[in-house]
Amino acid sequence: MINDEQVEVLLLDMLEKYGYDFTGYSKASLKRRIHRLYSLDKSLSFAEFRFRISDDPAYFKRFVEQITVNVTEMFRDPAFFKTLRNDVLPKLGTYPLIRIWLAGCSTGEEAYSISIILKELNLLHKALIYATDINPAVLEKASQGMFGLSQMKQYSENYILAGGTRDFSSYYTAKYSLAKLVPELKSKIIFSSHNLVSDHSFNEFQLILCRNVLIYFDRDLQHKVIDLFDNSLEELGYLALGTKETLEFSPLAKKYKRIQNEKIWRKVS
Amino acid sequence: MACEALIIGGSAGSLDVLLKVLPDLNGDLSFPIIIVVHRKRGTDSLLPDLLSGKTRLRVKEADEKETIKAGFIYIAPSDYHLLIENDRSFSLDFSEKINYSRPSIDATFEAAAEVYKDKLVCMLLSGSNSDGVNGLKVVKAFGGIAVIQDPKSAQVSYMPAQAAENVKIDYTLGIKDAAKFINLLSS
Ligand SMILES: C[S@@+](CC[C@H](N)C(=O)[O-])C[C@H]1O[C@@H](n2cnc3c(N)ncnc32)[C@H](O)[C@@H]1O
Repeated sequence: MINDEQVEVLLLDMLEKYGYDFTGYSKASLKRRIHRLYSLDKSLSFAEFRFRISDDPAYFKRFVEQITVNVTEMFRDPAFFKTLRNDVLPKLGTYPLIRIWLAGCSTGEEAYSISIILKELNLLHKALIYATDINPAVLEKASQGMFGLSQMKQYSENYILAGGTRDFSSYYTAKYSLAKLVPELKSKIIFSSHNLVSDHSFNEFQLILCRNVLIYFDRDLQHKVIDLFDNSLEELGYLALGTKETLEFSPLAKKYKRIQNEKIWRKVS
Repeated sequence: MACEALIIGGSAGSLDVLLKVLPDLNGDLSFPIIIVVHRKRGTDSLLPDLLSGKTRLRVKEADEKETIKAGFIYIAPSDYHLLIENDRSFSLDFSEKINYSRPSIDATFEAAAEVYKDKLVCMLLSGSNSDGVNGLKVVKAFGGIAVIQDPKSAQVSYMPAQAAENVKIDYTLGIKDAAKFINLLSS
């Protein structure tokens, strides 16, 4: 079992050696992930594990990939996507160019879901989705636009619950056990790496989504990241968080007005 | 032993037990109760409402980063694992399902075991899979107390029976004795 002190040691190593700062992450989840990797890779001892991480950049890469949680799906929380479809995106339709930042996009399922809604609202041609993540491996997977065929049934159900009315299977072609999304859906997505802890604002957006990422950060880091979003969001723009995340405790909350029953806030001042 | 937290895990057949036990709990327990039960996705907000009508204790869904307080019953939200931090606050985790389950009872038991050590009591109720059994092992390893519902009284005996087979259980309780046991943990 990896203990708290050992977690601290590894986090400091990573900061010193590689400049990756995980010290503001919630410890319980981080410890679970580190312990999982430690066992998975049959490490001989903590010393060996530690040495490998700081001495072997390839293993460090694996470490980052494994301690971040990348679970995601298309149209996860259908009610949320329904609100995007019916309320948020139509309001943004009046802009000549709709800029969207999806932070912590993981393997891309969320980005493609938004693409589908934009397409159905006839807004895709004038939209740009910047989908970013800290983990290069998930971005690589995201840009391929290929997902397990076996998941399509669930995704199709989510899509319908989210207000979709077309034939979901028209959005992909089946190839062996994979579903390849039609290329059009990718045409307006830019996948690139961005670390919410250390990287700066890189544009102004009308919609920023960051769902199920803040739960991994402690309160201080959450506030810092919300600051970053605030600096990157245009007046009257929208900020969307995960179902169990909130803006409520941020000092910036008073600048925002929440859409009823949803974790979506509009920047009103 | 001063109990600092009680965690109750359950799956199929456990809701009935909770509905029978909660009304008999004292309203001034000196520790929090954390409930992790498997249920269908999307049935989220129903459970806290359902349970709060049955007890004098305050019932709420656990929020991420929320400080855990005595006198409350916290329910793990559906579709997230519920973890506990050293500073006695909750955090949520959307990682892979464990034992086909999210929330997973193992995940909460294990995280809590390290935090509360010998001041933790974990109770496993009726259920049809073995989620929670490993967690109970970890609880024991950190000096905590492992309790199960008597498999004979369980609608689905598999879960407590697996625990009985694999873990050195401290107490095996019938439904009638559970509330009394919990009340006596209070100081
Ligand atoms: C659980 S996934 C959420 C995926 C998706 N947004 C959803 O809700 O389904 C969390 C993602 O956040 C990313 N992440 C973690 N720390 C990050 C950081 N410092 N900067 C950017 N992304 C980060 C992880 O790599 C992972 O892909």
